[in-house]
Amino acid sequence: MSIRRPSKEQPGTFEFNLASLEAAKSIVVKYPKGKQESAVMALLYIAQKQNSNWIPLAAMKCIGKFLDMPYIKVYEVATFYTMYNLAPVGKHFIQVCTTTPCMIRGAYKLVEACKEKISENENELSKDLSCSWMEVECLGACVNAPMMQINDDYYEDLDKEKTLKILDIILSGETPKPGSYRGRINNEPENNRKTLMDLKNA
Amino acid sequence: MLKDEDRIFQNLYNDKGSDFVSSKKRGDWTNTKDLISKGRDWIINEVKASELRGRGGAGFPTGLKWSFAPKEVGSRPHYLVINGDESEPGTCKDRDILRFEPHKLIEGCLIAAYAVQAHVCYIYIRGEYFIDGEKLQLAIDEAYEKNLIGKNASEIGWDLDIYIHYGAGAYICGEETALLESIEGKKGQPRLKPPFPALIGLYGCPTIINNVETIAVIPTILRKGGKWFASLGKAKNTGTKIFCISGNVNNPCNVEEEMSISLKELIEVHAGGVIGGWDNLQAVIPGGSSMPLIPQKTCETLTMDFDSLVAEKSGLGTAGIVVINKDQDIIKCMARIARFYKHESCGQCTPCREGTGWMWRMLERMANGEASRDEVDMLGDVTTQIAGHTICAFGEGSSWPVQGLLRHFKKEIEDRNNLNPTIKKIKEIPYLVDQHLLDKKNA
Repeated sequence: MSIRRPSKEQPGTFEFNLASLEAAKSIVVKYPKGKQESAVMALLYIAQKQNSNWIPLAAMKCIGKFLDMPYIKVYEVATFYTMYNLAPVGKHFIQVCTTTPCMIRGAYKLVEACKEKISENENELSKDLSCSWMEVECLGACVNAPMMQINDDYYEDLDKEKTLKILDIILSGETPKPGSYRGRINNEPENNRKTLMDLKNA
Repeated sequence: MLKDEDRIFQNLYNDKGSDFVSSKKRGDWTNTKDLISKGRDWIINEVKASELRGRGGAGFPTGLKWSFAPKEVGSRPHYLVINGDESEPGTCKDRDILRFEPHKLIEGCLIAAYAVQAHVCYIYIRGEYFIDGEKLQLAIDEAYEKNLIGKNASEIGWDLDIYIHYGAGAYICGEETALLESIEGKKGQPRLKPPFPALIGLYGCPTIINNVETIAVIPTILRKGGKWFASLGKAKNTGTKIFCISGNVNNPCNVEEEMSISLKELIEVHAGGVIGGWDNLQAVIPGGSSMPLIPQKTCETLTMDFDSLVAEKSGLGTAGIVVINKDQDIIKCMARIARFYKHESCGQCTPCREGTGWMWRMLERMANGEASRDEVDMLGDVTTQIAGHTICAFGEGSSWPVQGLLRHFKKEIEDRNNLNPTIKKIKEIPYLVDQHLLDKKNA
């Protein structure tokens, strides 16, 4: 298990804004009547998105009321799943995969790059307060290793140099192009394709 | 090598686009109504005839699983749940199906839902695949628009609604009962079986749970016939499979190949060979990180299917092949996998919650040569105390890779860690320190 603690500094109140409320209502109808608790995971995402990428305790209380379920059950869910940030993170949240398939292709070089450009430690905001990074477990893009995720986008086939460049672009306030950084197409074997040849570039 | 026309996932590399029009050109949704109008029994029998085994790791026969669903719908509705919580290190096949072949999956959902009499289908996708989930949602919207799903879906007189449910970064939710808990809005902690989900599953109702790849191959099996599928591969290990080849190879890739293909062919032909040549190969993890590794000398002749890998005391799992060459420290590699399991244990059963941490910390010390000689056997002992003593298969999944390491690389560990604590106290060995205090603060 991983240790997860809510931030010590918590805002007093949290209310869904109109857009979030619309989104929340459209989620609840996906589930059978009386089973609205199922929507709690999606609602936590909505709260996280609204509250600059982290979930305060007040939001959990708000969701509990909205779904008519006890606060502690929302708290349980929010602290169990690792994608809910319980403390403030950077606007650009960088997650570097370092599980074995990425590790043996040099994922720790990416970690070095993050340490150089963003902050010495994980979960620490950069100097301009816009970025933070952390090591995460397998992100499911193993044949594109090493890779990292910045907010929702995957950046694949990296090395230290390319990571430094990406981080420079991020720090200058722009969004770099997601996908492979060796120019290969998705998950195909680079320059070595032996299958589905008639379809290639068709 | 498998002929191109026998490949099910023609758009694996997205040469053609994943929208409805190009999917239809590849054959999706062409005669869905005819297939379904042949009836439930025909569908299930055809899937049984194909000998399709689940692609999510356990390899349970799909036709048999479907036949466990109650024949009559009682007071409780049936559900179909698709498992797209692909988090096994080394595996990235479902992602390509979600983003490049979504219509195969949706059509498969309709057929499977009809076969098991479900009106609602939930597709559970890991939260990190948000972008890929959006692509699937686009395809679902297209399918609704064309009335392929929804009320009277594809004019077969059956209603089907498909919803996506995102996970949030918990590996354990790939376990089917944990996945159901997660959809119900709880912590993803597995349930005891029995009762099996086919009778008491989501919201206490009969539920059939299948992997994304399993469902996505169903329409093609029905179109080309169960016999065609069964003719590929070998008996009881039939059909095609997407293999993900990652790690120290020249061209890591996903490729769809026939079951029972030789491992050497996969690595040498499709993945461009091991970095440093075949002789530089150290070990291969054949089916995602849970499966015990296989040393080089066995790799020469190994074929990739469920049964021959079990004979080698490993398993096909998800067919995520991780190649490790001699430039890597094998103990360090396994220590990192042990850390993954320590991080992902759900904490419900004590042997797993505590044991995964023990294994990780011991392996880290062993990688650094800081363990004592007797700890090597102690590590083996810990693995046997976890495996088989937990609610779900996570206990086995976390201890098998360590057992594999001990089986094939015990000498390497012993050479590095020959400290004898009874003779000379060289180092403090923290047997008795509260190990949780040694964890990273931010972990």
